[in-house]
Amino acid sequence: MERVAIIGVAQTKYEQNKPETFAELVYDVTRRALEDAGITKDEVDNVVTVSSDFWDGRTISSMAVQDSACAYGKDITTVEGDGTFGCLYGMMRILSGSFGVTVVVAHHKGTESNMNGITNCAFDPLVERKLGIDAVSSAALQARRYMTKYALKEEQFALVSVKNHGNAVRNPLALFPMEITVEDVMNSRKIADPLKLLDCSPVTDGAAALILAAERQAKKLSTRKKRVWLMGVGHCADAFRLGDRDLADTRALKAAAKRAYSMAGIVDPLKEIDVAEVYDAFSYMEPLWLEGLGFCDDGKGCEYLERGYFNFDGRLPVNPSGGRLSAHPVQVAGLAELAECVLQIRGEAGDRQVGEVNVALAHGVNGMCGQSHCVWILGR
Amino acid sequence: MSDWKKDVEVLVHQGKISVPYSWTVGSTLSRWYCELRDNGKIWANRCPGCGTVFVPPKAKCIHCYLEPHDWVELPGTGTVETYTVVRYEEPAFHPRKAPFVYGLIKMDGADTCLLHFIDEVEPEKVKVGMRVEAVLAEEREGNILDIKHFRPLG
Repeated sequence: MERVAIIGVAQTKYEQNKPETFAELVYDVTRRALEDAGITKDEVDNVVTVSSDFWDGRTISSMAVQDSACAYGKDITTVEGDGTFGCLYGMMRILSGSFGVTVVVAHHKGTESNMNGITNCAFDPLVERKLGIDAVSSAALQARRYMTKYALKEEQFALVSVKNHGNAVRNPLALFPMEITVEDVMNSRKIADPLKLLDCSPVTDGAAALILAAERQAKKLSTRKKRVWLMGVGHCADAFRLGDRDLADTRALKAAAKRAYSMAGIVDPLKEIDVAEVYDAFSYMEPLWLEGLGFCDDGKGCEYLERGYFNFDGRLPVNPSGGRLSAHPVQVAGLAELAECVLQIRGEAGDRQVGEVNVALAHGVNGMCGQSHCVWILGR
Repeated sequence: MSDWKKDVEVLVHQGKISVPYSWTVGSTLSRWYCELRDNGKIWANRCPGCGTVFVPPKAKCIHCYLEPHDWVELPGTGTVETYTVVRYEEPAFHPRKAPFVYGLIKMDGADTCLLHFIDEVEPEKVKVGMRVEAVLAEEREGNILDIKHFRPLG
């Protein structure tokens, strides 16, 4: 199978109430990602946008950003989900042999509507939706289940928020860089027990874009320094209905990670991976997903965290960008993770550079409580 | 380059999307809701392949992809597997005022959990492992709110 590289990346600053329209955000990042790759729009023949019609407040939301994404007079197609799945679709279309240089671009403006109202609509209108459940209250159910199964404490989850907001101080793109303490998290406003305000990611606006190219084209168009290879990918979905799952069981993520590691030839993830961007929409998710990714045994994520393993200067820096806890533009988040991994591998991550990075992991989530996962391994 | 942008008064237009839907409930869930509405009974269905008992019932087993034709009546009791006390208000779609409690309740006689409210108990006194029973609504319309909530057993 031919290899595919990311040859260009761009992100907006992540903010609330951004004054740009969706189309303006998409134009900004697409243009800058093309510049980063050193190519023009005329070299692109495949455009994948990532958006949600509910969040945009318009149907077939890709159509409205088509010209901004440099797809005027070309093909455009959309993934409704996380950006990691948009990258997957972009790569698949390249590998089909029908498409060349590819733009994958995601936009999200959470502050323009009601986040809880929209995530409530992700639930079955015939059953759970009528109860008023949403992403926050369902995450709270998952957090409690995880605590119960492995005898974990809220203070341990709080430490994730302390670490990631602290990491965000080094990231000029993050929304909420903060030096906080476990006490600050514990004393923050109760949202849905056991989750407090600082356990929850903020409603955020922003956009991100990647430029993908197959090996032959990538080598022709870009310099060695700019090229980062997509070495492995895996994805897997669990049951839709919360009650059909054990919410503390990461079986879908384990399957996704196994496929990504196998494709990339990773045998010992903790030894071989230098940095990871993991989908921490809520504090407790980071240790739970790190267990599913095989960085530690089930139930041990918090213990490793307390021992500093996942700190900026730890054995495996996790979310040096500040993570989703510091900026969570929903559909964009996974593309932002991939962009961050690219910058880390290129050595262009500025103050948040964790040292020399040869192999990076990006992990995206779609659906409530991590129903489906997409795991990427990137390398030089 | 784009200095003029700094001086623009950026406007915000308000909008609201309201579209009516009529979702068919399908044969499996319709049977479940009709039993609940007409007879006050909570039923489940069992996969003929792996034997998993689902509540709410499913049109197909998530494991075996078979149709669970075998219906079983549940006693309406269960154990709290996890819960949360919701502290924020969402008047547009919360059927209750905060604070209120959601629980995933592992139903006796079934292998899955049912999401519902836990009430008739101080939110602070709800515990994982607590035994609960369904309280039915007096006026039932054939939807999930025909179960009013779950309350501590005994």
